Amino acid sequence: MRNVWTITWRELNSYFVSPIAYIVSAAFLLISGVLFSLILTSTMDASLNGTFSNITFILILIAPILTMKLLAEEQRMGTLELLLTSPVHDWQVVVGKFLGSLILFAVMLLAPTLLYVVLLAAFGTPDYGPIISSYLGVLLLGGAFLSIGVLASSLTQNQVVAGFLGIVILLLMWIADALSRIVGGGAVGDALTYLAITQHYNDFLSGVIATQNVIYPLSVIVVSLFIATQVLQTRRWR
Amino acid sequence: MAEAMIDVQNLTKDYGTYLALRDVSFEVQKGEVLGFLGPNGAGKTTTMRILTGYMPPSGGTARVAGYDVFADSMEVRKRIGYLPETVPLYPEMSVWDYLDFTARLRGVSNRDDAIERAMDLTNIADRADTLIGKLSKGYRQRVGLAQAIVHEPEVLILDEPTIGLDPKQIIEVRHLIKSLAGEHTVILSTHILPEVSQVCSRVLIINQGKIVAEDAPDRLSARVRGAEHIYLQVAQPKPEIPTELEKLKGVLGVKTKEPGTYEIETNLGADHRAEIAAMAVQRGWGVLELRPVGLSLEEIFLELTTEEDSSPAKDDADEEESEEA
Repeated sequence: MRNVWTITWRELNSYFVSPIAYIVSAAFLLISGVLFSLILTSTMDASLNGTFSNITFILILIAPILTMKLLAEEQRMGTLELLLTSPVHDWQVVVGKFLGSLILFAVMLLAPTLLYVVLLAAFGTPDYGPIISSYLGVLLLGGAFLSIGVLASSLTQNQVVAGFLGIVILLLMWIADALSRIVGGGAVGDALTYLAITQHYNDFLSGVIATQNVIYPLSVIVVSLFIATQVLQTRRWR
Repeated sequence: MAEAMIDVQNLTKDYGTYLALRDVSFEVQKGEVLGFLGPNGAGKTTTMRILTGYMPPSGGTARVAGYDVFADSMEVRKRIGYLPETVPLYPEMSVWDYLDFTARLRGVSNRDDAIERAMDLTNIADRADTLIGKLSKGYRQRVGLAQAIVHEPEVLILDEPTIGLDPKQIIEVRHLIKSLAGEHTVILSTHILPEVSQVCSRVLIINQGKIVAEDAPDRLSARVRGAEHIYLQVAQPKPEIPTELEKLKGVLGVKTKEPGTYEIETNLGADHRAEIAAMAVQRGWGVLELRPVGLSLEEIFLELTTEEDSSPAKDDADEEESEEA
């Protein structure tokens, strides 16, 4: 665990000295803030439901940008050779980097949105149940997106390629819901429904924390990070 | 003999169809400085990457401090300091933060002292708070070196440690490596030939994935030629001098280079200069010069790595290695 934290700590420091964390954070807060005020003024409903249901698409575009450099840059700069010859397991490198991006996401992107909750409480009587479950949902969703971004970053030395690849994978998962409706029932349709991100996320927004909706993003994280570790290991054989 | 610090047996590595290492075996004793010499693409970096656990071998075994580099990779990695060919630096970090990170990775307990020690040894203490991205090539190289020694590893593996340094820094780094020997076991690769004779106690010449020669730098010269060579110049050249000299015990042959100068081939490992001098004085030839002829490392290197089967040097070197490839 100490090794994981060493990697995570370096990654967080590295985020904060580069402009990317600030730019992404500012863009996210600007867009989500505009959404929040527009939705609030039109519905006059003291909830975050509308805002958070629209966040999915923003995260599809933003999460891979946060993660694109994580492994791609190490491979390009040759620093991966340092990490892989240190007494650290490959999975610790991958998990450490993932946690770095997840903490950044929670602190720089999610935490500032608590201001919206403060505003809702000041001017209305929000139902805190769905708000808490929404935050849990968006954290899990963000974690799943970031882990896919880490996987994309393990596949190439080129940051831009990694970012683009991550966005493409997430978009495919996003439209899986629509695809499942076209396909209809059957095994393929069921599989697509399960893979569809929005299906699992929307329950959180209405205040429902269902086991399978928690397991889905967690399993995406485990599988993505596992594959990313395998990709790193195959690099050794080349 | 105590168990070797580094023990490599029949190491083979292929990248698909390309054979990067063919049946390489060597040992390094504790405290030794071994130099890897070879043209680009000879397999130096591949060997180092296998020893550091960066990539597994395709065949054969390599052990560091008794641990297998593949099966006990973590134990090996704890004991190795590695400076790869591309110095692994994070440009956005300060020198201190970078060394702190690498010390953490290696589980160094007293990090502040370890970092200060490494920075002092590599002469970078004045740049502790500078961002690595703003450092000159020479400083970067030394930060890389500091990273490799920060945890006081038993084994140091340095891939081209003096590349990109100015002459003064090169001398400093060589001194550093020499001072580390004894406590640490060092393998370094280089293409700067004088470096090998200055720093290394033993040289290993690799070509096309095979070891073509292995010895102390000064003994390689004789090894490559298969005999000691002595240069003799006399004031009174006489036609019978070669035949007279050949009567001496241990003399294998005498070549007349030009009137009055001779190159005498003698048995390996013995010094016959005294006998030759005695004979020359006795017969009144008038010795002007008498000295052993050594091949420079450049000559040895070219001799061993150039494809010329007719050269006697090549045959001699190949006795060590099977030629099936």
